[in-house]
Amino acid sequence: MAKRNVSISVAGLALPIRVWGQRFAFLGLMALAFALMLLSKAETGALERARTAIVDAAIPVLDVMSRPVEAGKSSAQSVTSFFVVRAENERLRTENERLLRWMLMAQQLEVENATLRAQLDFVSEITPRSIAARVVADPGGSFFHSLLINAGARNFVRRGQAVVSSGGLVGRIAEVGERSARVLLLTDLNSRIPAIVESTGDRVIATGNNTPWPELTYLPPNSPVSPGDRVLTSGHGGVFPPGLAIGFVAEASDSRVTVQPAVSLTDVNDARILDYGVNGILPAPEEVPTRLAQPAPPISQANNDKAGATVPMEGVR
Amino acid sequence: MNAASLGPILEFSRRVVPTLTVILLIFLAQLPVPLPFFPDVAPALPLMAIYYWVVFRPDLMPRMLVFALGLIQDALIGAPFGLTALIFLLVYAFVMSQRRFVVGKPFWIFWAGFAIVTPVAAIVTWILVSVLRGSVMPTDAVLMGMMLTVVTFPVIAWALLYSQRWLVGSAQPS
Repeated sequence: MAKRNVSISVAGLALPIRVWGQRFAFLGLMALAFALMLLSKAETGALERARTAIVDAAIPVLDVMSRPVEAGKSSAQSVTSFFVVRAENERLRTENERLLRWMLMAQQLEVENATLRAQLDFVSEITPRSIAARVVADPGGSFFHSLLINAGARNFVRRGQAVVSSGGLVGRIAEVGERSARVLLLTDLNSRIPAIVESTGDRVIATGNNTPWPELTYLPPNSPVSPGDRVLTSGHGGVFPPGLAIGFVAEASDSRVTVQPAVSLTDVNDARILDYGVNGILPAPEEVPTRLAQPAPPISQANNDKAGATVPMEGVR
Repeated sequence: MNAASLGPILEFSRRVVPTLTVILLIFLAQLPVPLPFFPDVAPALPLMAIYYWVVFRPDLMPRMLVFALGLIQDALIGAPFGLTALIFLLVYAFVMSQRRFVVGKPFWIFWAGFAIVTPVAAIVTWILVSVLRGSVMPTDAVLMGMMLTVVTFPVIAWALLYSQRWLVGSAQPS
């Protein structure tokens, strides 16, 4: 009899304990989620390593999965281009003629430039190494604007490097895994890019605001900025090299000035990561592939003893 | 090797199908779609699968798993760790408490349930992100994304239904 009583009471206790256990497990997980969120905000190294490890594990799969999308896109493009091939040919012919004239002019200017630089003992700008990568993921959602690329630490990608695509700046490297990296787009809320308005020479900060149109902040009050003006990186702060196209002024009112990015950020396939070594985070010389470790152009070699001269901003303006 | 020895392996593969579908949808949602503004309003595909499996096979979608899948999504989208995990857990708790109103009912009720879950999840995410990032997030893209999520739900639900019929089975837990 006593034995039966014990078993009943154990069974009677077990259920509520189980229910409470489940409730606590749920609340525990919720609390853990909150704790992780706060820790993430503090940018702890362990969480970032966990994140890059997950991304590194996912990147081969994403790489494979993104290929049909890209193939589909390029075949769609070839179908549309088939219908406009004649007009396109005509346009390219005219453009080619125009560009050839430009090329001649550029060659003359290059020679003239080189002569003048030699006369001035000018230290040439650092020629950047560039790393090519494919964009394999564009995480959706309007809260976080980033891309994942299939190049990482083993391809000498480092945090802070500028990422460009055809025509202009895309963003900067925010996280680096072994074989993947995250590009923080210039539209993201955390993006701040020292910039310059080409027409007025005003120094500004291109500030991401999570909309497709970043804002220009710290613009002088009476600046005559107007829509269509080009906005370039200024090179201040040492993160971005000067002279990269950010975009064009889209809207200029008294209260705010927004920029239309030069690159269509929803349609970036290939990214180039520029390494100007501006952060001083360069791999050890023996790690640099020989092709990239070529000496700088002859002019700078001739003037290597003039180290310390600053890169003039006038070239950008 | 006879059929009996294959049994546990088959059973195991059946049980991981829901997890794999969620992971697949997390990956699919990451693919670069070359449409202007699309990434901003992309439908929340993983949320659909979480909702589906918690309604139909909660035994195969326990909360620890829901939490872990949320963490994977957070790592990939670059969100603070725990954000999507928390949202998935809230969806799990909500659906578990209400699933008796949905199971065995016509599809439109199942869909209507999702149309309630999505805005709640979107609004909580919006609040959390706004607090975490210290800035009020744009609302128009969230609204569009929410609508797109609800509208495209039947397509994903249909695919999941077939994966359940062929691979998982519909054994209801007690």
